[in-house]
Amino acid sequence: MQVQLSHPARTVEVKGPKKVKELLRELNLVVEAHLVIKGDDLVTEDEMLYDGDQIEIRPVISGGD
Amino acid sequence: MNCTKCKTKAVIGLPRHNAAFCKGCFNGFVHDQVARAIKSEKMFGKEDRILVAVSGGKDSLALWDILLKLGYRTDALYVNLGIGAYSEQSHAKVTKFADAVAASHGATLHLHTVEQEAGAGIKELAQLIHRPTCSTCGTIKRYQFNRVAIEQDYDVMATGHNLDDEAARLLGNVLHWQEEYLDKQGPSLPASVEGFAKKVKPLYRLSERELAAYAVLNRIDYIVEECPMAKGSKMLQYKEVLNRLETESPGTKQTFYWGFLEKQSKKQPTATTMTEKDRAVLHPCTSCSQPTTAEVCSYCKMMLRAKTVVPR
Repeated sequence: MQVQLSHPARTVEVKGPKKVKELLRELNLVVEAHLVIKGDDLVTEDEMLYDGDQIEIRPVISGGD
Repeated sequence: MNCTKCKTKAVIGLPRHNAAFCKGCFNGFVHDQVARAIKSEKMFGKEDRILVAVSGGKDSLALWDILLKLGYRTDALYVNLGIGAYSEQSHAKVTKFADAVAASHGATLHLHTVEQEAGAGIKELAQLIHRPTCSTCGTIKRYQFNRVAIEQDYDVMATGHNLDDEAARLLGNVLHWQEEYLDKQGPSLPASVEGFAKKVKPLYRLSERELAAYAVLNRIDYIVEECPMAKGSKMLQYKEVLNRLETESPGTKQTFYWGFLEKQSKKQPTATTMTEKDRAVLHPCTSCSQPTTAEVCSYCKMMLRAKTVVPR
């Protein structure tokens, strides 16, 4: 599956099938700091992702003040 | 994972509440948390005029959206900081939301452009006065926000600070034992002296992840990129640490910040204490009349320096 990441913007290829929480763990990303979007839909950590899925992992942290 | 309330397919799990929600029930949860914050902290009523500070980010646009949907009379102020493409993109996001959503509620978007007044963007200004960019940005935004609120007779100004922002700030203050800042960490700060508007943070019960989810689910187009000036900031480091703790032990952030608020409320009536302290040290700036501890406020000093150094 194609996984789009930010900070910096890049795309990585990850082999499926795989649950969202397994994908985040594999990429060493903390659940609390990210949303996972499949196509246009937000998905929960137990959602199964397959080869061919378009995935965006969006960071949610902001602010410098 | 199914929605805790209606049992249909969930779109988000909330470990700190031991719950999961579908889109409809999640929107209900978010609106309910904001309504609870407004009521419990006596932030404002339906008759009040509210000014929201919007940046183009998820929190402030979500706040504007939520307050309008809850039926509050809410306008917004955007401060264009002049950070190249980042400011252009964030300005475009705010304008898009104002036109597509806020206008139908009769809401107005105010605009302040730093470069128009100072002759330079935030980065150049910070270099000029030898202060960190985030601190300079904070001074400008607080000043302009207060100015517009006072000049345009808003009853209260609201910011998009969320649970993560407040927990991270508290962690920073505690790590450095900056006890003098703790009085101002509450989600509702009174208009302590003439010239200061009341300030509230209606999102303090919601996490950054929950607000990002609200924006995504409600198709609020916000700027995902981090502000280039904030890279490596202490606040981001504190948030990262807290999120690692939260993932291992859900509820850590709310226990930390809400627990602090509970202890503060039992200690002393915070509003009175802060008001008394402010009245003792603040007086009108000789240049602009906004309250300050010095003869001339830090904003006017900054503008004076900018006008003498920056070629117009």
